[in-house]
Amino acid sequence: MNMHRRQFLSVAALGAGAMWVSSHMALASVDTDRRFVFIIQRGAADGLDIVRPYGDPAYLGLRGAIAGEATQSIKLDGMFALHPSLVELGKMYAGGEALFVHAVASPYRDRSHFDGQNVLETGGAQPYRVRDGWLNRLVSMMPHEKDEAIALAPTVPMALRGPMPVTSYAPSSLPDATDDLMARVGMLYDKDPQLHPLWAEAVQAKGLAEGTNAKQDPAGLGRLAAKFLSRDNGPRIAMIETEGWDTHFAQAPRLAAQLKALDAMIAAMRDAMGPVWKKTTILVATEFGRTAAVNGTGGTDHGTASMAMLIGGAVKGGRVLTDWPGLAGPKLYQDRDLRPTMALDALIAGAAAEALGLDSGRLAHGLFGAAISGKPVDDLIRV
Amino acid sequence: MSVPPPSLSPAAIALNRFGLGARPDDTPPADPRRWLTGQFSRFDTKPDGYVMLPDAGEIVESYRDQLKAFRREARQDGTKPDKDQLKAMRKDFGKQARMLYRAGVDARANSALATEAPFVERLVHFWANHFCISADNPQLAAFAPIFERDAIRPHVLGRFKDMLFAVEQHPAMLIYLNQVTSVGPDSPLAERIEARNPKRKLGINENLGRETMELHTLGVRSGYTQADVTEYSRALTGWGIGGFGPGQKDDGNPDDFVFRPQLHEPGSRTIMGKRYSEPGEKQATAILTDFAYSPHTANHIAEKLARHFAGDTPPPALVARLSKTFSESGGDLPAVYRTLVDSPEPWEPTPLKFKTPWEWTISLMRGTGRRDVGHMNVAGIMNQLGQPVWRPRAPAGWDDIAASWAAPDALLRRVDIAPRLVAPVADTLDARKLAPILMPGSIAPSTAEQVARAESPTSALALLMVSPDFLRR
Repeated sequence: MNMHRRQFLSVAALGAGAMWVSSHMALASVDTDRRFVFIIQRGAADGLDIVRPYGDPAYLGLRGAIAGEATQSIKLDGMFALHPSLVELGKMYAGGEALFVHAVASPYRDRSHFDGQNVLETGGAQPYRVRDGWLNRLVSMMPHEKDEAIALAPTVPMALRGPMPVTSYAPSSLPDATDDLMARVGMLYDKDPQLHPLWAEAVQAKGLAEGTNAKQDPAGLGRLAAKFLSRDNGPRIAMIETEGWDTHFAQAPRLAAQLKALDAMIAAMRDAMGPVWKKTTILVATEFGRTAAVNGTGGTDHGTASMAMLIGGAVKGGRVLTDWPGLAGPKLYQDRDLRPTMALDALIAGAAAEALGLDSGRLAHGLFGAAISGKPVDDLIRV
Repeated sequence: MSVPPPSLSPAAIALNRFGLGARPDDTPPADPRRWLTGQFSRFDTKPDGYVMLPDAGEIVESYRDQLKAFRREARQDGTKPDKDQLKAMRKDFGKQARMLYRAGVDARANSALATEAPFVERLVHFWANHFCISADNPQLAAFAPIFERDAIRPHVLGRFKDMLFAVEQHPAMLIYLNQVTSVGPDSPLAERIEARNPKRKLGINENLGRETMELHTLGVRSGYTQADVTEYSRALTGWGIGGFGPGQKDDGNPDDFVFRPQLHEPGSRTIMGKRYSEPGEKQATAILTDFAYSPHTANHIAEKLARHFAGDTPPPALVARLSKTFSESGGDLPAVYRTLVDSPEPWEPTPLKFKTPWEWTISLMRGTGRRDVGHMNVAGIMNQLGQPVWRPRAPAGWDDIAASWAAPDALLRRVDIAPRLVAPVADTLDARKLAPILMPGSIAPSTAEQVARAESPTSALALLMVSPDFLRR
């Protein structure tokens, strides 16, 4: 995961699973005993293949060879089944700790990854209209926020950029610089308004992470996130980036590998969080979905609505939340995509507010302003 | 506590912002503008390191032939292909691809270190990022170096349109954005296959069509619609490479562009209100040519160039000027570069850009007098610094703004690696004397002071290389 871009030369990184090698994690500290984690799926994850609507009569016809076997998927209810790679998430669903939301989309209606991710991360109605990220604004809305935050990534993702300080950290295989050099670099940057705060955060994060020995795999990243999040005085908000969801071809094996990694990461977090898991909400979302029909190359192209997940001990799970639009001909959006029936920003606002015990109206306004697409979704989290 | 940023001399700007960093034996250019434009005649399109790179198609083809023969044999014997042997073949191919990739990275770095035209080499890196592929699997890793050698370098001082066509018809791009497997749903091939097996439907893949419009030419939100993307993708069907993709015959080798009429979607296409009735290969050619000369493309390129040389928020006046030259000259790139060099904005005497890991590493190696990479593992260093060469993981390429690179952990890694990179020359280079050569007339007093106080020559050089002055350009 991309804390580990440098792993390129390893054979493993060149083969299957290489897509996953690019994840970042960012964490922010706020004064609450609850935890909120945002996992972004960059590249437009195919909601129709992750939470499969086998009950929709049009599904198998649209999907052809990539539809997968209903009997091998994990049955969720009369309509939906979960991708077979998501074994642990399936268990969490059974245990009432995973909620899947379907036919959901941000306000963005075109099909550029980069614009779509910008809308998803800034919370603006249009790409590049808003300069900072909604997760950063969320930090600013927490009571008694500390001025310290940490990102477990070499750089800070857009959703966490903004006026609230967020630092970054990623495990490195480089030999450490000597203490003397570190001290002198500190003096060298002392008067530089950009480098001074970056350096202070880097030095602090380095101390914090000592001994975690994060492995460069999804489960290792999950454990590292848990280690930071479960500390009493540690960060309360985290962001993890995953890449490789843009499955234009050979979707079946590629998506299976992606989901296996996601499953392992979330399971590792659950296992390592201890009692804090009960207070944790993880949101998984992507910038947009993919075409309802399989394309000519065993994959899918850029689409519109997708699915999102809420996972954690705090989640009122064990259900699929959707106003299912249907997949038959005219029901598709622009004759090609799953039609959005729920606003992702309304879901985020509701989930974040309930997860952190904040007023959802005030929070929705702070995160998405007047642009929010609807009333915040409620009844998502155990309070 | 903050101090005003240092004032940069025009010579320092030419060497560092336009060039790739000074060398210990450089004399500052007396006429910085002429020094830059004079490089147009000194650029070496194909330096030795690139000449010696084998074509990737050979190894890709031989691997595919091997696989095919192996599977055929198993079929004839009525057995399943042996998994261990398949694995061994894949491993072997991966190894060859990595060797080719490594040799390519070394060629790129050597060329950046040895060049007498560092401004033009920087432009090669700029264009390779604009038209990027991402070496996310062994096949693309093998193709990445020759893509830069054959599609970018020959055209960096030519016309935009020629570079555009070289890029979009290069095997690396056709593979990377899935064009090789895109088939017109009503093409002769699709109909033939469907007649044989009604369940098997072939179709288009929009990836290359969309990214060509969004990233390579017109730019996002420039007015085209989803229908335009789909139409262009239909027009593109049939563009492919030798011996690759559905219905392929032995019609050439994977290093060559081919057009396959059998895969082409029949009929005329309408894009942004214009009708294209050209038959076959010429249809996408006509459309792409229009994209190349579109004013949207001129603006898009102008903005990216301005961002690269005049700051993360490109000055609108500079963008307009570059765009005008681009349009009026028909995409003549040296004319655009001349406008850039003659404009005031890129000569702003405060640092405008935070160096990317690649820029920082190359400038550090040049600054320590390296003319070639020797035994250094440049590919590995770039991985550790977070910018693996030719592997941005998305077709948009690497970001060209400080927010993407100036971060706590990224900074820590540069500080961790700097002592290792400077150690071999620490006994021959005095950091105190080197500083004013690398950044003539531009070193901040606080940096000079810290460098002078360092505990060892290695520490002094490392401090210079991670100083605020050297991290920026």
